[in-house]
Amino acid sequence: MSDFTIWDIVRNLLLATRWTVVLSLAAFVGGGVLGAILLFLRIGKRRLLRNFVKYYVELFQGTPLLMQLFLAFFGLGLFGIDVPAWVAAGAALTLWTAAFLTEIWRGCVESIARGQWEASSSLAMGYVQQMRHVILPQALRVAIPPTVGFLVQVIKGTAVTSIIGFVELSKAGTEVTNATFEPFTVYGIVALIYFAMCWPLSKASQSLERRLNVAHRNQ
Amino acid sequence: MSLIEINEVRKSFGTNEVLKGITIAIEPGEVVAVIGKSGSGKSTLLRCINGLESIDAGSITVAGAQLRPDEAHLRQLRLKVGMIFQQFNLFPHLTAGANVMLSQTVVKKTPKGEAERIARAMLDRVGLAEKFDAYPDQLSGGQQQRTAIARALAMQPIALLCDEITSALDPELVSEVLAVVRGLAADGMTLVMVTHEMKFARDVCNRVVFMHQGRVHEIGPPDKIFAEPATPELQQFLGVQS
Repeated sequence: MSDFTIWDIVRNLLLATRWTVVLSLAAFVGGGVLGAILLFLRIGKRRLLRNFVKYYVELFQGTPLLMQLFLAFFGLGLFGIDVPAWVAAGAALTLWTAAFLTEIWRGCVESIARGQWEASSSLAMGYVQQMRHVILPQALRVAIPPTVGFLVQVIKGTAVTSIIGFVELSKAGTEVTNATFEPFTVYGIVALIYFAMCWPLSKASQSLERRLNVAHRNQ
Repeated sequence: MSLIEINEVRKSFGTNEVLKGITIAIEPGEVVAVIGKSGSGKSTLLRCINGLESIDAGSITVAGAQLRPDEAHLRQLRLKVGMIFQQFNLFPHLTAGANVMLSQTVVKKTPKGEAERIARAMLDRVGLAEKFDAYPDQLSGGQQQRTAIARALAMQPIALLCDEITSALDPELVSEVLAVVRGLAADGMTLVMVTHEMKFARDVCNRVVFMHQGRVHEIGPPDKIFAEPATPELQQFLGVQS
């Protein structure tokens, strides 16, 4: 028997959901900005920088997010720097998001037909002009669906930060379970809340893909 | 001095030498057809003229602008020669009008009003005045190719390179594009075209270059090339019994 009503459980979980949302947005915005910078280095002309970004992406894609979190949280601690959980969570998720977005966007830029480069070259445009007026406007359109789709991964990725003690939705679920001893109910509701955030995004990504493809049936 | 001077140009892709020392001089107003089997190097030669491919040896000069691999030299060269592609390569996110205006405004810094005036005039010249606001995917292949021609013309080039510009078109659309090219030739535009349209080459061109295995195998006026092919390779290419 429990003294907690369903509403008590839901209310507490929803309060913690705010932090999942904030963390997701921070990671997405921060990761987006950093990802864009890395993208230009990745497709730019400087070989050293290109390789640097390539290895950065490989490193973050090749290790579990959990390990990246541990390293951010405990690693800096070794140097006597006390890292609060929210800083470690935000930093690790931002770096992780940036790595994946860079790679997604690189694919989008490279998907633009070579003829577009050649046509703009033969019209005497320079690299920056080609990028600005010909390549990026088209790549952006291709990039929207997978980018929105990846946001779903970011939201689910925030669950991992519970392990270093950041109180977001998953961590709150554990805490509420410890108080109520109703793990199935609590985690069921947790899952539903995640689903309520992610499912609309997945749907949006699919419908964007359909709509933009129609507008993009080039030649 | 000739308008386009191609001198001893060599080009390899890996170990495959596709241009083995090409020398051609093209005069202002000349219309030159380049014919030959696929793999003979004709498209590569054309792409070298405006620097889409780098060359390994020799030199190419167009109206004093020399082909060098740096961006400033390439820009000077490309302001003098326009290029039309087999696959049109219009910018799909821009209207026909904006396609024709873009490089005027970003490369030449032509004011927008002036660029639009030129764009309308060029689209009118290729018979597409009413398509200014249409997107490429709303145009037929022939209309797209004519838009591409207008786009190149808007930069006021001295010469135009045409790389099999009718090969991707449905047969009934070929003539509308060729009619535009014929008009350009009549107006005195210097044209170098890689083409499979032998009848067109015969009617419109001043000279025909037959390329074979990376070399200029035969060169001469169309009457001579088509009526009296000298080498067995050209005879075979044209399908005449010797």
